[in-house]
Formats: sequence, C-alpha cells, structure tokens
Amino acid sequence: MSTIPVVHFLYLAIILFGIGLFGVLVRKNAISVLMGVELMLNAVNINYLAFAKYWNWNSLTGTVFVVFVITIAAAEAAVALAIVISIYRQFKNANVDEVHYLSQ
Amino acid sequence: MLEAVVFYILAAALLGFGLLVITRTNPIASALSMVGAFGALAALYALLQATLIAIIQILVYAGGIMVLVIFVIMLLNLHEEDLKPMKARAGTVLLSLLAVFGLVLGPVFLAVFPKGNWKWAALTNDFGSIFTVGEKVFSDYLFPFEMLSLLLLAAIVGALVLSKRKL
Repeated sequence: MSTIPVVHFLYLAIILFGIGLFGVLVRKNAISVLMGVELMLNAVNINYLAFAKYWNWNSLTGTVFVVFVITIAAAEAAVALAIVISIYRQFKNANVDEVHYLSQ
Repeated sequence: MLEAVVFYILAAALLGFGLLVITRTNPIASALSMVGAFGALAALYALLQATLIAIIQILVYAGGIMVLVIFVIMLLNLHEEDLKPMKARAGTVLLSLLAVFGLVLGPVFLAVFPKGNWKWAALTNDFGSIFTVGEKVFSDYLFPFEMLSLLLLAAIVGALVLSKRKL
C-alpha cells in the first residue's frame, strides 16, 4: 500500500504545466517554444495516468486517451517543425516575436 | 513506502529537467534536458502501472520527436543573437503565472480532490499492458483510433507541403 496522495501527482502536473507555459510565453526561439508545448502535453498525461491508477475500477480510458495525446503531439511536432523551417527560410531566423505580418 | 520514495525522486528530477529545458539558451542543451525529462516521465508512468505508455513515451518522445527536434536545430543556422534567453517581460509573466496557479488553480485542487475517494488502487496485474490497452482501443475507441490515422496522414502531407521549397 502506497502513501502517495493523488494530490501530489496533480501538484507535479500543475507545476510542470506552469514551467511549460512559462517557456512558451517567454522564450524567443520557436523551437524552445515548441519544447514548452511538449512539456505542457506531458503534464496532462500525468493527470490521466494518475487518475487511471487511483480509480478503483480497472478503467483503461485514461490510458487510451494518453495514447491519443501522444499521437497528436507527434503530429503537432512534425507540422510545427515544418512551419519553423519555412519561417527560417523566409526571415533567416526563428524568433516568434519578429513574425507578425498578420498583426500589422 | 518504496513507491513514495521513488515518486519524490522522480518528481524532483522531472521538475529539474523541466527547468533546464526552459532556461538553457543553447537549444541543443535544452533538447537534451528534454530527453532526461522524458526518461523521468516514463519511469513515473511505469510507477503508475502504465507499462505500455512508459515504453511508448521512450520510443515516440525520446526516440522520435526529440530526434526530429534536434535534427531541425542542427539544420537551422541559428546565430548567437537569436538565442537570447528571454523576452523582456519574463518577470511579469512569472508573477502572473504564479498568481493564476497559486491563487486560483491550487486552492481549487485542494478544495475539490480530497473529497473524492482516491486511493492507490490494487488493480489487476495486466492493467496497462499492451494486451488490455489494445483490447480497449480496438473495441470502444475504434473510430477515434482510425481517425488518428487520418490525422497522421494529414500531418505528413502538411509537413511536406510546408517545408518543401517548391512543390
């Protein structure tokens, strides 16, 4: 019998999510922003798996959702990196705060 | 007891690697810290009896996505001045994030979750194994699973169209 309360998993997830969100909001380099997004997605996965384990019913729904989240994260990373490459080709750098043609 | 010790060590390692990811100016350094964070995450998932997810985490994230990220970092010729660590308003962002998470979300967690009957459950041995997860995916979640293949196809085509110089 373990003594970890489920709230500690939630705190871990929310701190990791906060770290990722901070990285997304603060970093200039588009690749670093992408890595912040990946941290946030993984924080969500911790929550899914913690509740799957702590719920007493052998319910695999959380686990299946994590499979979906990981697949979508892989697709998102591929498309985002392709966008980074084409931004770099256009601007000769990959800074997210210099790409603002649409907002002008 | 042993689980608790392992959990706190892994949580500390995960948060440390996470902080390294967003504070290193060199993108290669932060990508390698990210691989460490994924290792700690995979161990956490194994602790939560999600063995299939732990293996997928290593294979897809540490093996696939991070190789792609490092490949793109090497491909781009980023200059020193492009790697400035932060935009100017890091302090403001940090303060507002602390305010939102500490004053709103933290108390919500504290207020809501201890009321449920959440226990470290003694689940069956094959919980989270590839057999049971596969059974669930191909029965209850068959349609979303097939939709995922469509999404991946769209992502492949989109990535190709976006990154090709001339079609």
